[in-house]
Amino acid sequence: MVQRRTLVGVFVLILLLIPLGRLAAAEPYEELRRSLLREIIENVRTTSRYLKKSSLDEEVMVAMSKVPRHLFVPEAYRRQAYENRPLPIGQGQTISQPYIVAIMTDLLNLDPSDLVLEVGTGSGYQAAVLAELVNRVYSMEIIEKLQSSAAERLKQLGYTNVETRLGDGYYGWEEHAPFDAIIVTAAAGQIPPPLIRQLKPGGRMVIPVGSTFMTQYLLLVEKRRDGSLSTRQVLPVRFVPLTGIH
Amino acid sequence: MRPPIFAVALLSGAALSYEILLIRLFAIIQWHHFAYMIISLALLGYGASGMFLSLGREWLQSRFAAAFLANGLLFSLSSILCFLVGQQIPFNPLEMVWDGRQLLSLLLLYLLLALPFFGAANCIGLTFSRFTAQIPRIYGFDLLGAGAGALGIILLLFLAAPLTALYLIGALGLLATAVAVLESRLAPRWLAAFLVVLALALVPILQLQKIPLQISPYKGLSQTLTVLGREVVEELSSPLGMLSVVRSPLVPFRHAPGLSLNSALEPAEQLGVFTDADGLSVITRDDGQPDSLAYMDHFTSALPYHLLKEPRVLILGAGGGADVLQARLLGAKSIDAVEINPQMAELVMNSYADFAGDPYAAQGVRLHIDEARGFVSKSRGRYDLIQVALLDAFSSSSAGLYALSESYTFTVEALVEYLRHLSSGGMVAISRWVKVPPRDGLKLFATAVAALERLGVHNPGQQLILIRSWQTSTLLVKNGVLSDQEIKQVERFCAARSFDPGYYPGMVARAANQHNQLERPYFFEASSALLDRAGAGAFADRYKFNIQPATDDRPYFSHFFKWSSLAELLSLGAGGGLALLEQGYLVLIATCVQATVASLLLILAPLWFWARRETRPAATGIRHESWWVVSYFFSLGLAFLFIEVAFIQKFILFLHHPLYAAGVVIAGFLFFAGLGSNLSSRLSQKNGLQSVALILPVSAIAVISLCYLFLLPSIFQQLLWLSSPWKICVSLCLIAPLAFCMGIPFPLGLSALASRAPELIPWAWGINGCGSVISAVLATILAIHLGFRAVVIAAVALYLLAALVYPAGKKSV
Repeated sequence: MVQRRTLVGVFVLILLLIPLGRLAAAEPYEELRRSLLREIIENVRTTSRYLKKSSLDEEVMVAMSKVPRHLFVPEAYRRQAYENRPLPIGQGQTISQPYIVAIMTDLLNLDPSDLVLEVGTGSGYQAAVLAELVNRVYSMEIIEKLQSSAAERLKQLGYTNVETRLGDGYYGWEEHAPFDAIIVTAAAGQIPPPLIRQLKPGGRMVIPVGSTFMTQYLLLVEKRRDGSLSTRQVLPVRFVPLTGIH
Repeated sequence: MRPPIFAVALLSGAALSYEILLIRLFAIIQWHHFAYMIISLALLGYGASGMFLSLGREWLQSRFAAAFLANGLLFSLSSILCFLVGQQIPFNPLEMVWDGRQLLSLLLLYLLLALPFFGAANCIGLTFSRFTAQIPRIYGFDLLGAGAGALGIILLLFLAAPLTALYLIGALGLLATAVAVLESRLAPRWLAAFLVVLALALVPILQLQKIPLQISPYKGLSQTLTVLGREVVEELSSPLGMLSVVRSPLVPFRHAPGLSLNSALEPAEQLGVFTDADGLSVITRDDGQPDSLAYMDHFTSALPYHLLKEPRVLILGAGGGADVLQARLLGAKSIDAVEINPQMAELVMNSYADFAGDPYAAQGVRLHIDEARGFVSKSRGRYDLIQVALLDAFSSSSAGLYALSESYTFTVEALVEYLRHLSSGGMVAISRWVKVPPRDGLKLFATAVAALERLGVHNPGQQLILIRSWQTSTLLVKNGVLSDQEIKQVERFCAARSFDPGYYPGMVARAANQHNQLERPYFFEASSALLDRAGAGAFADRYKFNIQPATDDRPYFSHFFKWSSLAELLSLGAGGGLALLEQGYLVLIATCVQATVASLLLILAPLWFWARRETRPAATGIRHESWWVVSYFFSLGLAFLFIEVAFIQKFILFLHHPLYAAGVVIAGFLFFAGLGSNLSSRLSQKNGLQSVALILPVSAIAVISLCYLFLLPSIFQQLLWLSSPWKICVSLCLIAPLAFCMGIPFPLGLSALASRAPELIPWAWGINGCGSVISAVLATILAIHLGFRAVVIAAVALYLLAALVYPAGKKSV
């Protein structure tokens, strides 16, 4: 226990010392972002049982610390950009809660060489976090306005390793398939078979399930080496439905 | 001057129609449970009116004509304007847990929408104060008008779009004001003529503006329309909901809940049908090729067709026809499809019959427009399979938004009814969304165990199967013991589709939780525990969600909230605990708390003002009278609605349609109470008879209500065979004596007050209004926890309390 706390403490210290490279010089959001990361670390620690780990991968947290979330939300919401909550981005869509973004990214278990497909670009925030972790991210969006603004935003922020496209995510992105990981951030009524086909054996797919402002749970689809599938329903919270079981 | 009784009736009817219409409108632009909260609080305009009239009584009395006209106009114009302005307020209930500023928008909505009710209540309260000798008659017309309004709005919503109905209600307010001008000579006749012309011109003028409903951008319909090429091709509206049909030529709908991950098949072309701008269901294209629909064999709901050969099927909740297509595909011999909404059936049978392959006209298929439970109760047929479709949308279901909705489809009694309509070896199949941690599936399992036990089955576990995909679960209840062969078939079915068995007779733990893994094998653990008679109760107690079966007396299947879990969920906060809170119930509690606090303020504020005005001669009288006035009129406000709400629920089981039951019961209660009130005018005029006049009806209310609790179920059972019009007649006959008596105490109290402290009449009117508002909310809370019987018993106790505090003839001042 002491060891774990020490580790978390050291990790927080590292985070606080990380230079926030991509941000502009005037950085009123720096401290807010650190504080958000501390909150995520704490939340993860209390959720450790469900995630089967006491902290998220360090690389994921570093990626989260680098992406300027305030530049992915509408002007009117900038002051709340580093609150641990989803925010509206127009078109009835939201930018996910940072805590959920961190957990989903972690569940993908990424290597830098991995090829990642995102279905539902939205503001581009999740794609940016992924882009900090892997060499190549492909992201699809079905709503034209969101796709064009996200593409522009990602370009301005220098995320040259993200390619976005307007299109129906159901069929995936055949010419770049297969993918090591797929993240479906748009609402999914079902898991599209073409996406499953485009997932490499050993690959992982993550889908948040719930309503616009509230993720109920995360669905992790794993494709085994033999091509068979299994799903895991991960509750992003430490909650056991029976009293007396811990 | 004559009292404007016809105007009072018209305004009262318009106000009640407006209340029901607002719930409809807000259910479309927002969500139903928030609609309920907003309108409940806005109704406190009645309470505010009491306070306003109490404080300004003398000033207003001397200007009765102007005050009545001004408030009539206030209702007429604000009823339209306040909604149109209100729908521009950027209130997003989904953000409430994240953003405290939403509360300000909510408060603004309350205040805005309270204004029309304030205006209408002022007109009625002013009339009471001004014509104290005729209070029972005025109240009688108030009730008769309200009764007509309740029926009128249901009819109107079948004929007109909700916004047109809104304009018509505004126009009705203007006509009522014109009628007041004529019948009480409040102003020159030309003003009445002007108001009539204005009323007639108002609707077409507003219609020409083509003002749209501002539907929340987070509702399913709004979101779906952001996708390129999607458009609404048809919109139908009725009191049952607004149906929007959406075509999506570029990006198809692929609604296939619970589809096996092993299925590589793409769903057939679909038209999206949104109810109240949310809750997607679909009309599926049937091109006659079985291959196009082959994916329907990969749902959890397909299981019974693998266990039954050429079954005679009853589908409850047929909607767009997907379950009918599935039944035909999988070899059903005959299909009876039951759908409650005639407009939904109309879409499938007429507008899109070619597209959908006219499934309801296919050989062996019969469509019945009816409520599911009611159809089964009346039916004399027996079925091999009764299939209950996935009836609600996942996002609303998972957020617990249905906690407030009564449903008689999933109660223990309903399952007993379904099982009685099965042939030997037949099955009931019910599919639900899977939530994490599980709720619906487990509650349904517990309900099935209870139903089988009620039918005298000693070993219910031998007749139950529960399977699940990552998204849906299907429960099978067999009328008979499951065979080894059937169990093997279940295993094969699940293995081929990567579904997980949750329970079947003889299942071992290692068979659970293989493909779609939950943190623990909850379904298997819970179903095994629920089958253990000794341990089932303890398990349900230990489970952090409410999985006790729903019953006809407590028909809240979707109520999963437990107070004991609240602290833990709140402490988990942004880490994800908020997502596990069942919002519907919490909104109900929040509504009750807010209404109670606001009512207290509204009731106490006049007392505070009067205490400061020490020079008032009536101050002593007020002190003497205030206690009985508060307890008497508040009790009556609570009790009247308690009985009305509880009997609406009881009559749903007879009339079988929530809408018609509500219409008949509300209108019946108000109409006969109005007659009772008119009679009480004679009683109140006879001095010395007032106490007796109260004791008699209160005793009758107590006796009739309590008798009904025990007698109604058997009366209804005996008369189930009657046709609907006769059922309505019987219902009205049953309601009449009770409602007649319920119409007496309120005007009698006001008449007593008129002779003792007339300045308190508006205050009493406001107190009664506050009581009514709290009553509707409190009745639901009581019913959730204790059942509707308890609501009726509480109402009787409140009537007795009112009789006890009623002053026995003596004057205080």
